[in-house]
Amino acid sequence: MDDMYREVILDHYKNPRNKGTLDPADFSFEDDNPLCGDRIRIDVRVGEDNKVKEVAFSGQGCAISQASASMLTEHIIGKSLDEVKQLSKDDILELLGIELGPVRLKCALLSLKVLKAGVYGIKDED
Amino acid sequence: MPKLNVEQIRKDFPILSREVKPNVPLVYLDSTATAQKPLSVIEAMNSYYRLSNANIHRGVHTLAEEATALYENARDRIAKFINAKSSKEIIYTRNATEAINLVAYSWGRANIKQGDVIVLTEMEHHSNLVPWQMLAAEKNAKIEIIPVTDDGELDLTVYESILKLSPKIICVTQMSNVLGTINPIQQMAAKAHAVGAMMMVDGAQSVPHFAVDVQTLGADFLAFSAHKMCGPTGIGILWSRQQVLEAMPPFLGGGDMIKRVYLREFKANDLPHKFEAGTPAIAEAIGFGAAVDYLTAVGMDFIHDYEREIIAYAIERLEEVPGIKIYGPKAERKGGIAAFSFGGVHPHDVAQILDSDGVAVRAGHHCAMPLHDRFKLPATTRASFYLYNTKSEVDKLIEGLYKVKKMFG
Ligand SMILES: Cc1ncc(COP(=O)(O)O)c(C=O)c1O
Repeated sequence: MDDMYREVILDHYKNPRNKGTLDPADFSFEDDNPLCGDRIRIDVRVGEDNKVKEVAFSGQGCAISQASASMLTEHIIGKSLDEVKQLSKDDILELLGIELGPVRLKCALLSLKVLKAGVYGIKDED
Repeated sequence: MPKLNVEQIRKDFPILSREVKPNVPLVYLDSTATAQKPLSVIEAMNSYYRLSNANIHRGVHTLAEEATALYENARDRIAKFINAKSSKEIIYTRNATEAINLVAYSWGRANIKQGDVIVLTEMEHHSNLVPWQMLAAEKNAKIEIIPVTDDGELDLTVYESILKLSPKIICVTQMSNVLGTINPIQQMAAKAHAVGAMMMVDGAQSVPHFAVDVQTLGADFLAFSAHKMCGPTGIGILWSRQQVLEAMPPFLGGGDMIKRVYLREFKANDLPHKFEAGTPAIAEAIGFGAAVDYLTAVGMDFIHDYEREIIAYAIERLEEVPGIKIYGPKAERKGGIAAFSFGGVHPHDVAQILDSDGVAVRAGHHCAMPLHDRFKLPATTRASFYLYNTKSEVDKLIEGLYKVKKMFG
């Protein structure tokens, strides 16, 4: 499964886009994958048009979780919140361009889980 | 003295000749999670299902007699394997975890009262933490922790001061499944007994890897799992002295654990059946018997010596790789386990890249989250070794790690 570490994934891992935090943000959420200790936080600012204006992610984890977070942030800028709510597992896999087994799938989907919790306004417990 | 002949041993394990994908042979370095099974174990279980399958006890037909004899003979051999005084002291459970839970429920609920002190350690597997946390919460008992030093050993000075609190039970692993640390159980037990505490020993990693003799160990309870010692999943053992087990109330209720049942009450069965409710894992018990036969034939002392050689070599080679940090004591003070971090590379990525060369290692917290917290690590990569691993497999691991370095460096 060498292709799991495709050039583009390693590039997003080594040079993450939109890495950091936004303060203040319109919504933020943070969660972890207790299996492997991956942790991701996403902060979002929404424009007048109700579209994602700025987004930042922070956290730590494996190449798959970090690259998928980086790709996801790039992907959602300019999208409406309704569009963000529609995002699915398949969208993430398409961004990554790889197939994943059940264990690594959790890593890949962590950022989407965090983003959706944020969009739906679930309170961050921490 | 015949030394362990690893090439011969490898032939006994059918799985070791498989390829993970075409032309990529399996390099199995994950025996701490579960060990591979020799043909003799697989065949013993097979043969039971093909020839002797029947429910045990109470049947008088030929198959029931055969199945009962196979099941009980396995118990006798397991008793001998750890030098128990009697097979009555060998309770079949599902695994080490269930054995520990049995003690926490039965002994714990009868003996732990509000304010009593239960001692745990920072290096325990979750299975020797959570059942005691549940008991402590229910009884309002106190938990005291023996910390782990930077070298990955138990801090015995703190242990001494905890003993002054007159704890009721000390729950400790004989060998850490992450650090490989082998704890001084005999010495700790002598001190525990001097203050009247019981000693619960998690033998899940020790019993598979070196000779454990319950007559000298000092434990009051010993738990272990078949699947980590070349046996099947689904079966484990709780050992304790007959006197202790007799004083304990039954655990699960149902068939087989009773002597007599009335509509409103029951009389518990004699040991060991008192703790074995319902139809047990019969084939698995028989497989377990075959596993201890196998390990005995190879020789536990040879296995231990061989693993020391392999882990010393593995650590020497791992230390060559820039960025690797191994946790736990020096090679001569630990079992065949090397858990490490690799610069900023996440263990998942390490394990995934190793897998592409057929090298199976584990990545994660290995059911020891508090221990990882102690070393401020979310996870580690763990390579572990057993009687069938070779130095050339260690070399494959190292080659793979250089590949990781190249990719992420
Ligand atoms: C030290 C230790 N204790 C307990 C266990 C639990 O074993 P089981 O899952 O077979 O009950 C393990 C297995 O991972 C272990 O390594």
